[in-house]
Amino acid sequence: MLKVDNLEVRYGAITAVNGISLEVKRGELVTLLGANGAGKSSTLLAIAGALKVASGRIILNDENITATTPECIVRKGIAMVPETRDVFPDLTVTENLRLGAFVRRHDQQGYNDDLARMMELFPILKDRGDQAGGTLSGGEQQQLVIARALMSRPQLLLLDEPSLGLAPKIVERIFELINQMRSMDITILLVEQNAAQSLQLADRAYVLSLGRIVASGPATEILETTDMKAIYLGQDMKQQR
Amino acid sequence: MEQILQFTIDTLSLGSLYALMALGLVIVYGILRLVNFAYGELIMVAGYTLYLFSESPVPWLFMALVAIVMAIVAGICTERVAFRPVREKSVTAVLITSFAFSTLLQNSALLFISPRPRVVPLPDTFSQTVELAGAVVPLRNILTILCTMLLLAAFALLLKKTVLGIALRAAASQFRMARMLGVPANLVISVAFAISGFFAGIVALFWLGRIGSVVPGIGLGPLLVAFIATVIGGMRSLLGAVVGGYLLAFIDVSLAHMLPSNLLQFRDAFTFSLVIFILLWRPEGLIRGPATGQRT
Repeated sequence: MLKVDNLEVRYGAITAVNGISLEVKRGELVTLLGANGAGKSSTLLAIAGALKVASGRIILNDENITATTPECIVRKGIAMVPETRDVFPDLTVTENLRLGAFVRRHDQQGYNDDLARMMELFPILKDRGDQAGGTLSGGEQQQLVIARALMSRPQLLLLDEPSLGLAPKIVERIFELINQMRSMDITILLVEQNAAQSLQLADRAYVLSLGRIVASGPATEILETTDMKAIYLGQDMKQQR
Repeated sequence: MEQILQFTIDTLSLGSLYALMALGLVIVYGILRLVNFAYGELIMVAGYTLYLFSESPVPWLFMALVAIVMAIVAGICTERVAFRPVREKSVTAVLITSFAFSTLLQNSALLFISPRPRVVPLPDTFSQTVELAGAVVPLRNILTILCTMLLLAAFALLLKKTVLGIALRAAASQFRMARMLGVPANLVISVAFAISGFFAGIVALFWLGRIGSVVPGIGLGPLLVAFIATVIGGMRSLLGAVVGGYLLAFIDVSLAHMLPSNLLQFRDAFTFSLVIFILLWRPEGLIRGPATGQRT
């Protein structure tokens, strides 16, 4: 479904993503692992159209979407939940969700159905409909922005570090939700520093270091053969082989 | 009693004008974090449109409508010409281009019409007065207050209840995220400039109602007022802009009544000194703008 071909992303003189190629097939949960600064978020942002691509291609269902604007990317069925969450703090929970369905705003019935579905999937949002987004706790905000992304009925969901800064019990809940989304037939590209939990859920994994892919394969294989400490501390993965 | 009524209506009518001026400026600033230096010229464009209708037999309301439309068009042109080409590249460049566009518009009026003040056609109602509880009040002031209240209510409704309004508010707090949900960036920005032009058009009608004639530099006064009202009210808060406008008018009218006659010519100095004190006390303005999303 998604093919990334030799992607290069630069921030001025710094090359954050240095020739990454990856693939996500329909229905899969693929996880991108790596230390801080490895280029994971930049890869996702480039796919979502929020970052300019220096070279390389991004292909969705045989269509080249490399230079597409973020507004158009979401129309093509890719929804992103960024690392910064970006809740709209002054909008209510319901307004946040309503904006999530912006690309489907002419479908009033569908919107109502989806809103109800989200309230079921994320029960903590149910009683907070009129509360301002900025007053929610970290875990609640994370669930809100995932629900918001799902409101556009994406075929591919990009999740950037959903467990960041959250208490262990909440992290468990988030991963439970990710698992539930899998069974809803949503393809997911998950960036995580919490390697252990994401490898348990994922089909396949790519390990990034300093802008390059240093390991890839089925999740179980990566789980067994890769040194987690090295991922977190950012040691050169090539030493492990 | 009638003095108090007089004072209240003066403050409210001037405050309404100031609030609209400030609101027109903040709409663009809130979303783009950029000041539109050509904002005063939108008022000028509306004024000269009215002027060009002098000697014309059409009803004044029609002229007023065209003037407002021209201000909206000028607002959208400002966005296309001065903002869009340099928006993503440099904040400094945008300041310069909007300032340049302002100069361009002013000098066009100077060259193609006249550097001298030109009288604009005004409706008869603007020179009528009414008597309220013993005080004689220009009907124009009452109309200003009513019109502003209506507009503010309509605008608040737009922002709260419509998808466009929600999109505008979202774009003002997290622009990139709004785009990632499908909100078209260019459209949102053009709409903001159009609304800004609309407010400028309304301001022009009532402002010219007070002054009676238009000059190329007519926009400078309102721009300064809008700036100051916005800053004391809270730079990114729409409510703050409105509050700032009314507060500034309150200070202005109070000083006009309180200052001894030999100091009246320095009224502006007193007004701005008070503004400085307000800012020393609350540098971010009186009303907090959109939050950053962090709880602690």
